[in-house]
Amino acid sequence: MDPVIGKYIGAGLACIGMGGAGVGVGNIFAHYLAAALRNPSAADGQFARLIFGFAVTEALAIFSLLIALLLLFAV
Amino acid sequence: MKSNGLKEDASDMDPIHQFEIKKIVSFGHIGGVEIAFTNSAAFMFGAVALIVGGLMLATAGRALVPGRFQSVAEITYEFVADMLRQCTGEAGMRFFPLVFTLFSFILVLNLFGMIPGLFTVTSHIIVTVALALLVFVTVIGYGFWKNGLRFFKLFAPSGIPIYILPLVVLIEIISFLSRPLSHSVRLFANMLAGHITLKVFAGFIGMLATGLGVFGFVVGILPLSMTVALTALELLVAFLQAYVFTMLTCIYLNDALHPGH
Repeated sequence: MDPVIGKYIGAGLACIGMGGAGVGVGNIFAHYLAAALRNPSAADGQFARLIFGFAVTEALAIFSLLIALLLLFAV
Repeated sequence: MKSNGLKEDASDMDPIHQFEIKKIVSFGHIGGVEIAFTNSAAFMFGAVALIVGGLMLATAGRALVPGRFQSVAEITYEFVADMLRQCTGEAGMRFFPLVFTLFSFILVLNLFGMIPGLFTVTSHIIVTVALALLVFVTVIGYGFWKNGLRFFKLFAPSGIPIYILPLVVLIEIISFLSRPLSHSVRLFANMLAGHITLKVFAGFIGMLATGLGVFGFVVGILPLSMTVALTALELLVAFLQAYVFTMLTCIYLNDALHPGH
C-alpha cells in the first residue's frame, strides 16, 4: 500500500479524538446552563471558570487536531 | 490542485489561498533566510497603529462623563482589568500592560480577518506561537525571580497523598510544558478553520451561479445565508478566542504569582 494513503487515514483517525472533546465541551456548557437556570444570580460570577474548563477540555481536541495536521503537512 | 481547465480561477476557489504571505519590500538575505516586509507585518503595524491611535484619540478629551469613543476605551480597560484582578488578585495588576496589549492586539487582528479581502495574521501558527511563548517565558522568568525554587511547588499541589504524588507531579509537569502548545494552536486552529469554512461556503455560491445558470442563482441563496450565519459565528469566535487567550494568560500568570495554589 502506498504510504501516503496511511498518512491520510491516520490523519482522519486522529480527528476521532475531537469527538470525545466535543462531548466534553458540550457537557461543560450543559451543566453550566443547568446550574445557571437554578441560580441565575450566581451565574455571572462563574463565567471565567466556565471558559477555563472549556479551554482545558478543548486543549485535548487541539492535540488530536495537531496530530492530524502534523500527519498531513509535516510527516 | 485543479486540473479540469479551471486553472485560472484556482486561486479564487482555493480556500488556502487567502493565507498566502506576500512580500511587499525585501531587505535581502541573512544566513539564507529572506528578510522581507510582508502583508502579515503590514497588518500587525496597522493593528498597533489602530489600537494606539484609537485609544489616544478616545481618551484625549478626558471627559468626566465619557462620550461614545471614550466609553469604548473605558469599557475595554475595565473588562481586561476585572479579568486580571479576578484571576490573580491585586498582585497581578503589574502585568496589566502585557495582558491588555495581548487582548487588544489579538482582538483587532481577529476582527481585521473578518473584513473581506483582508489578511488574518492570527491564522499563522508562527504568530500565535510567538505570543504564547512570550507568556510562557514571562511566567517561568517571573515565577523563578519572585519565588525562587519555591516555584517548583507549582508541580506538587498541596493535600495530595504521598503515594500518588510522583504520578501527579509527572502529570503536572507534562501539562505545564504543553501549555504553550495548546495556547497557540487553539487561536491558530480556530482562525484557520473558521476562515476555510467561510471560504468553502462562499465558493459554493460561485460554483452554483457559474455552473447551473438561473437555477444555480436560486439554490445559491442557501450557501449565501449559510455564509452570513457563519460570519456572525466567526465574529463571536474572533472575540471569544481573544478572550480565552487573555483568560489563560491571566491564569498562567497566577501560577507565577502564587505557586502551590
